This record gives sequence, C-alpha cells and structure tokens, in this order.
Amino acid sequence: MSGWTRHEGVAVALPLENVDTDQLIPARFMSAPRSQGYGSYLLHDLRHRSDGTPIAEFPLNSHPRASVLVAGRNFGCGSSREAAVYALVDHGIRTVIAPSFGDIFAANAINNGLLPARVDTEVVEELFAALGVEAVKASVDLVAGTIRIAGREIALELEEEKGAKLINGWDDIDLTRSHAQVIASFRSSHFQRAPWVRPADI
Amino acid sequence: MSVQATLFDKVWDRHVVVAGANGWALLWVDRHFVHEGSHHAFAKLASRGLKVAEPDLTFGVVDHYAPTQGPLSAASADIQRMVRTVEENTRAHGIECFDLDDPRQGIVHVIGPEQGLTLPGLTINCGDSHTSTHGAFGAIAFGIGATEVAHVLATQTIWQSKPKCMRITIDGKLGPGVGAKDMALSWIAKLGADAAQGHAVEYAGSAVRDLTMEGRMTLCNLSIEGGARCGMVAPDETTFAYLRGRSRAPKGEALSRAIEDWSRLASDADAVFDREVALDGAEIAPIVTWGTSPEEALPVTASVPDPERLPEHKRFRAREALDYMGLVPGRPISGTPVDQVFIGSCTNGRIEDLRSAAAVLSGRRAKVPGIVSPGSQSVKLQAEQEGLDRIFMAAGLEWVSSGCSMCVGMNGDTVAAGQRCASTTNRNFKGRQGRGARTHLMSPGMVAAAAVTGEITDVRPLLEGRS
Repeated sequence: MSGWTRHEGVAVALPLENVDTDQLIPARFMSAPRSQGYGSYLLHDLRHRSDGTPIAEFPLNSHPRASVLVAGRNFGCGSSREAAVYALVDHGIRTVIAPSFGDIFAANAINNGLLPARVDTEVVEELFAALGVEAVKASVDLVAGTIRIAGREIALELEEEKGAKLINGWDDIDLTRSHAQVIASFRSSHFQRAPWVRPADI
Repeated sequence: MSVQATLFDKVWDRHVVVAGANGWALLWVDRHFVHEGSHHAFAKLASRGLKVAEPDLTFGVVDHYAPTQGPLSAASADIQRMVRTVEENTRAHGIECFDLDDPRQGIVHVIGPEQGLTLPGLTINCGDSHTSTHGAFGAIAFGIGATEVAHVLATQTIWQSKPKCMRITIDGKLGPGVGAKDMALSWIAKLGADAAQGHAVEYAGSAVRDLTMEGRMTLCNLSIEGGARCGMVAPDETTFAYLRGRSRAPKGEALSRAIEDWSRLASDADAVFDREVALDGAEIAPIVTWGTSPEEALPVTASVPDPERLPEHKRFRAREALDYMGLVPGRPISGTPVDQVFIGSCTNGRIEDLRSAAAVLSGRRAKVPGIVSPGSQSVKLQAEQEGLDRIFMAAGLEWVSSGCSMCVGMNGDTVAAGQRCASTTNRNFKGRQGRGARTHLMSPGMVAAAAVTGEITDVRPLLEGRS
C-alpha cells in the first residue's frame, strides 16, 4: 500500500455506537475477491432497505464522497474480518474518528492506510452536534498530528510506530524479513528450551 | 523473567524475538490456524511469491463455510469455491488441513484443543476473533486480520504492542443452571463491550478454577466480546488432565517435563494488574441478551430496559436496538416467544454444552424448530455414543454436521428476517445470523429451555429433579 501524510476531505457523522464489523460488511459478501472492490458492500444493510433500494438520508448515501467518518464508541468491534476495512477504504474513507475502536479492527486499519483516530467522547459528541446531517470539510495531517474539522483542531493520539506505517505505507513483511537471522536463532533456542512447543507426530 | 510477573507477561516474554520501542515486539507464533477466510492472505503471499515459513506449525480447517445439512456438492458454487480454495492453498504449501472428509474436522477453536494442538504457554494466532478461546489453556491466543495472517504465514512471527493486563476474579459457587456463558455475559454487561480494549484478561477465582476446560474455553472465547485482546486462565490439574492422551500433545516423559514447565506459568502472588475487577459467582443468574451488542444483556429474571430510564447517551442506541429486536420496554424478558433455536458454535458447541442442553430436553418436546450443530465431528461422534443425538431428535430438533453454521450464516444456515432465535452463539449483532434476524444469546441450557417452552425462560425450574 502507498503511504500518505495529509488528507483534505469531507467528513460526515455516523452517530452510532458499536458499529460492528458485521455491519461494516455483512458476511455474505466476504467470498468476493478484493479485486472486485468492496466499496459497495460498506454498511450495506444499514444503507439499503430489504428490497435493495438505498436509504437516501443515510449519511454515506446523502454524501457519497465522504472520506472522514465520525462515529460512536467501539467502532469496528467484533469479527477480525479485514474485509470491513477493505469496504471502508474502497469506498474512499481515509479516517474514522471515534472514542474507541475494536483492537483487531484498529490494527487492520493501519495495515491498509486507514487512520483510526481515537478522540474523547465529549469531543465526538460535539462533532455530532456540529455536523448534524451535513458534510463538512476536514483535513488530517499525520506529520503534524492534527485533525481540523468543524472549526476545531484536534490532536491525534497515534503511536509512533503506527504513524510511521501510515506515512511510509510500510509492509511489515519486508521489515520482518530483515530480521531473518534473529528469527532463525530464536526458533532454534525456543525449540531447544521447550521441545514440547512443537506438535507431536501422530 | 521479571519478578512479580503475570501469566500473560511470562508467556509474552518467552516469545519476544525482537523488542522494539514503546512496548512493540516481534513475537514468535507457535501455532497458526487458517480457514476459508484466509484466502486474502494466501493471495497476498502468492502475489509476492512467498512460501509459508513453517508449514508444520500451520494448520488448515474448513469451518466457516462447512455445509451442515448435505454434501459440499449440493452447496452453492460460492461455498464450494471457498472450501476448495483453502484445501488447495494448504495443499500447495504443505499444510495439514482438517477438511470435510477428515474425521477430525470441526470449528477451529474446538479442534485445536481437541487435537492437543493448543497447549499452555504457546502463542496462537488465527484470522478469527474468537481465537481468544485457546487462552483457556494459558496460551496467548488472539485473532488477527488478513494482512497479519499473511505476515505470520511468511515469517511465523507477528508485531504486537504489549497490552495492559486486567484480572477478572470470580469467586463463590455458581448456582445450578448457571455456567461459563453466564459468567462471561455478566462481566460484559456490567463493564461494556469495549471495557477490556487494549488489555489481556486473566480470569481467576474459585468459580473459574471450578470450571471444566470446556467452561474455561467458553469464558475465554467471549473475551473479545468485552473488547479484550485475549483471555487467559492459568494452567492447572484440570488443564493437564484434559491434555493427557490428546493426539498432538506431548506424551510420557515429554509431557511430564512440559507440565513441570507449565506449572510455573501462573501469575506470581504479588503480580500487579493494570485493572482488577471482582464478581461474586453466587450472584450470577442465567443471562440473556435483549439488544444487538453482547453488552446488552440481563438476568433472565429481569425486564427489558426502558430507554427513557437509561443514561442519555445510551437512549438512542437502546431505542434502536429494541426496535430491531421487536421488544417492548419494561416487559419481563422471560416469556418472549421465540421462533427457533440454535445450539452450536465455537462458544458452546462442545460435548459439555450438548450434555447440558440434553439434560433439559430429555423426555421433552421442543415447541419450536431448531438445529444442533456439534462443534466438531469428534464431538458429534461422542454425543452419538452418549445418546444425546437421540434426545435432540426425539425433542424435534435437527442433528446436523459440524461447522460455524448459524452463528455466522456463511454456509447458508441463516435465520430469516424478523425471526427470533434463542442461540448459544457469541454475537447478537444486527444481521449476524441473517439479515433482519433477531438473536438472543444465552447458555445451551437456556436455549434448550426456550425450545421446550417456545419462549425465553429461566432454565432453573426445568432442571429441578434432574441431574
């Protein structure tokens, strides 16, 4: 994936708590290969009626070009499906602002260039009030560590390692393979110290 | 080894390959399980021309898309393709796969322990959030996404930031008809579905020690529903007894040496936790969820909450959840009619779960339809040897094959829109069991009670006079 430092976009509010990964992408869409694009599956069952017609007033339908989502606590809780992040990214979302995130979701987000920005509940509540059902301009600066939205500047709480991954678009596999010798020597001492860690032969 | 270490610290320290800054570490992964959903990760590997680093520490399973009510050839083209893809990917990389023809097949979090692949003191990963289950043995086990799955496949290691440690102590004796599922839903309801985010949870206390391995697996399985990175129980005699004679566990002298080692893993008496929570086991009642998050749970003796009486920030969500669930605020949750039941899943698809459901259903008829899907083919066989299948079928329930089935609906076992299902599963999310499905999570005994009465009901009176 490619890294990024600044994003200028449009933010909308999704004032819901516990938006779980089953909402972000219902399981029935998950057998599709990524090359098909996952954007149309994003929040599919919240955005569409059971007959498949879109619900016009749903934030992502009324503002399809939104790239920053402001949501309630525990965003991305539930299943480890990275497809939930694919759906957001393929729909054009670059940043989700919420008071808390599911741990696995947050890791998956970073691995796909999506910023999970943890922001205090009170601030998120104020953003909900400020945004209402409208879309507003927002900018995210990973280097400066700030988000500008609705006339405020919010400081990003982002661990250095995660910020570096987003900025550089680093692939951990390359980074880790540079430690190949250390891994090989760990492996042999690990097996020697505790031979039982290897599965017994049948 | 640091002094005053927790169980988590001890297992973590043994697996640090590279210690980075700010608590980041590259950890060795002892076991890696892959399933149908791992196709994204294998595709990433293929696109870079990489091989699986440790095929002997990697195991494939067919569970999420496993058909439970007929042969694979009768399933949809999509399902057949997903199953064949994991079979082909594992074969291509020399990975042992517990496929549909294998008598050891089942849900990954049931068969790992069953085959003795899950052991104390290991690090275990799988691209599935309920990997926390394996922590019941005193392993660090957590779910990961596809990018991380590809990383583990390619390197047998994973980068992690060290989580904080939280201890949930449950002392006291559980009442009859109350079990691990109720313990788990109790703490999640009390603390919230994100309460343990960024934490490794260790379960301690006499009520935890008294649980069987099956019970401890249910408890650890649901850790993720409280937001925890993982859940753990210190290994003890119950753990060692479970492991003796398991196919892939150490045996003889190797086992004795391993047990000696595992016995030192328990948290030191003076270990300090970042957060401590205590619950009284004697006060836990059978729990049932009313909403669309596992935190929206209450004792079966309670009433559906009235959103107007909740704190303001919870009102909107509660109204929405009640609307989706079709429930009336203020009414007792007990007496809510159900349309169907489901018994199974990585949470409650083990032999003990089936026994506790059968104890309620024995000699009784279910008023609503339902399916029973054992967590593995081994569980299925054992249940049949014990005659449990005949109890379920005599009650009018369907006895089907093993897989994730109606917990996640990927294999076509779904609940229709608007239908209410009493379910032994782990997530009551909107649409989890099928679009518009209304899920009430509860223990296997409680689901059996709902089957017998056709409504959500307290299992305890139905157990009176039964063993």
